[in-house]
Amino acid sequence: MSENGNPNLPVDRALTEGRVPDRTSAGVPELHEVDCPAELRERIEQLMSRYPDRRSASIPALWAVQERYGWCTPEGIRQAAAVMRVTPGYLESVASFYDLLHTEAVGSHRIEVCTNISCWMRGGDELLDAFRAAAEGDEDFYVTGFECLGACDIAPMASIDQRYYGPLEAAEAGIAIAQLKADAEVLPAKDQARRPLAGDTPNPGGGAGA
Amino acid sequence: MPDPRETRVLLEHAEDPALRTIAGYKGYGGYATLERSYREMEQDEVLKELEDSGLRGRGGAGFSMGKKASFLPRGEMAKYLCCNADESEPGAFKDRELMQRNPHQLIEGIAIAALAADAGHAFIFIRGEYDAQADILDAAVAEAYEAGYLGTNILSTHRDLELVVHRGAGAYICGEETALLDALEGKRGNPRLKPPFPAVQGLYGGPTLINNVETLSNVPRIVANGAEWFRGFGTEQSPGTKVVSISGGVRRPGNYEVELGIPTRELIYGLAGGPREGREIKAFFPGGSSSPVLTAAEGLDLPYSFEAMAEAGSMLGSGSIIVADDRVSIPHLALRTARFYHHESCGKCTPCREGTNWTVKMLERMVHGEATPMDLDIVSSVQENIIGHCLCVLGDSMAMPVGAMVRKFRDEFEQVMAAAGPPLDDETRLAAVQGPAETLGASI
Ligand SMILES: Cc1cc2nc3c(=O)[nH]c(=O)nc-3n(C[C@H](O)[C@H](O)[C@H](O)COP(=O)(O)O)c2cc1C
Ligand code: SF4
Ligand code: FES
Repeated sequence: MSENGNPNLPVDRALTEGRVPDRTSAGVPELHEVDCPAELRERIEQLMSRYPDRRSASIPALWAVQERYGWCTPEGIRQAAAVMRVTPGYLESVASFYDLLHTEAVGSHRIEVCTNISCWMRGGDELLDAFRAAAEGDEDFYVTGFECLGACDIAPMASIDQRYYGPLEAAEAGIAIAQLKADAEVLPAKDQARRPLAGDTPNPGGGAGA
Repeated sequence: MPDPRETRVLLEHAEDPALRTIAGYKGYGGYATLERSYREMEQDEVLKELEDSGLRGRGGAGFSMGKKASFLPRGEMAKYLCCNADESEPGAFKDRELMQRNPHQLIEGIAIAALAADAGHAFIFIRGEYDAQADILDAAVAEAYEAGYLGTNILSTHRDLELVVHRGAGAYICGEETALLDALEGKRGNPRLKPPFPAVQGLYGGPTLINNVETLSNVPRIVANGAEWFRGFGTEQSPGTKVVSISGGVRRPGNYEVELGIPTRELIYGLAGGPREGREIKAFFPGGSSSPVLTAAEGLDLPYSFEAMAEAGSMLGSGSIIVADDRVSIPHLALRTARFYHHESCGKCTPCREGTNWTVKMLERMVHGEATPMDLDIVSSVQENIIGHCLCVLGDSMAMPVGAMVRKFRDEFEQVMAAAGPPLDDETRLAAVQGPAETLGASI
């Protein structure tokens, strides 16, 4: 039987038990057990209030945990679970599904270098190597290859702390890392947000690989 | 000035940064259609305009937007509208540009589409990587609430609409509409079995209209100017303009808005500037990485429309052209493509989970000199066995382009297999066969 009781509809497997979070309170940590910082709790409560069903806030809540602790720490996940009234295991399973949510400690600066088709064609692998080399041994930096970031117009490109830069020369990796260390603005000339529309410039694709 | 070969409707005034603000948008006539439709139009009138316009979905499948909206049952139950802003298919970056430059056009489109669907709650599901664009949307949504275009009792018409910008967290599969619903319900983003289709039973079990960013961005102009006006652009079966993302081996990668049906050559050579110095175009994906590649000879002189691409055995998909020039090795391109789908497979069904896995391993063997000639046929048969046998289309999305590459460039595969280096020692061979789970950054 489907959940909304219409016998003419096939059973929606997505709505069957096992895939939905535990509805019983067993295993849900109590708030007083988890020592959740007030701002985090308020933030998650505010997020839950945006949805008809509070569980919809699980990804946003995990983002909030990651923002607070740098990654989705087991403690942070327990705190979010207590606020959301779901089990920590449930949130853990959600967090582990998504590439941007980290269930292990990572550096505070996150650099995702695209190595997908269009970036690969224009030097994405070399750019990733350059970032890896420039950040080598420094735990503040988390450098990873990534799938298409939706900015193939500026290939090869990277997302640095959730902002897009490209087209990048391999040599600019070291410059970007130095700027991050010095707390300076990162590669302002390569900031995607400042680019004009391709059709409005004489040579929009100019730069790396051109 | 834009190139005269462009026809900017969705990207009109997009060069003006003020367009991002509600004042700027209204300065160009924005929200007038929302005001008129909320005050004067009935659900059926809006629906009819959308159906008559022939607007086809811009997210991949090309299904009639108006028809899909008309599938939603009528009644008192809660209904939902989801804007698909997951845009994660390699080669696609048009929605990013549309949201970044003209967020209010999308919000107005969502509000009007919500009238057609009788939805009281709308969501924009945006990929988590688009953080800058999500910030822009958040600000624009706040402005629209402030101005009374969203919320309860909109413009005192007793109509309500809540709009939430929901950020994903990095998973291509969440672009698949039913996986998107699961993700939005707070679960892991696994696709659901269809039917029931989301129009009947979607978010929270309620009827749900799901459309792409570009599809919804078209709505204000269609309702403002009428279906006939919209049909004045494009072809009979592909009306309207399309923002086409062009990338890879061209001089001027970027988004160009054109009438559907213009010669593909005009897009690749005219607007995107053709191949770089001293190179030639070998092949291209006409509709993102999921579309079967066309050779230059097959594809360049086709009109860029849904029907022409389908007739050529490929598809217009999301409208993203990726150009491979003569320096790109097709077997390596096939491997890059397969790795993406392997990484993004949600693992729920076997043909996709195992098929993407084995395809990657076999292609790796080929480019590493570990394959036997038989493997080429095995790769082809694996692709054939994936197609049509998966729960969602992700499996097919690898099998179609990879299958086409093997079929159309068999000689290149044979060459790369023959030319691959000396035999490997056992340890390396084992590594090549088993492969590290995460091989993304590994050079091939
Ligand atoms: C694996 C997969 C990924 C998809 N990703 C997207 C996406 O990122 N954006 C999108 O609009 N549609 C995507 N789609 C298509 C959606 O399932 C759906 O057809 C579309 O959002 C409907 O909107 P439209 O009719 O306006 O095109 C994807 C489909 C599949 C199978
Ligand atoms: S086809 Fe792939 S992505 Fe789609 S449900 Fe099956 S395993 Fe998951
Ligand atoms: S391939 Fe790198 S952003 Fe799309």
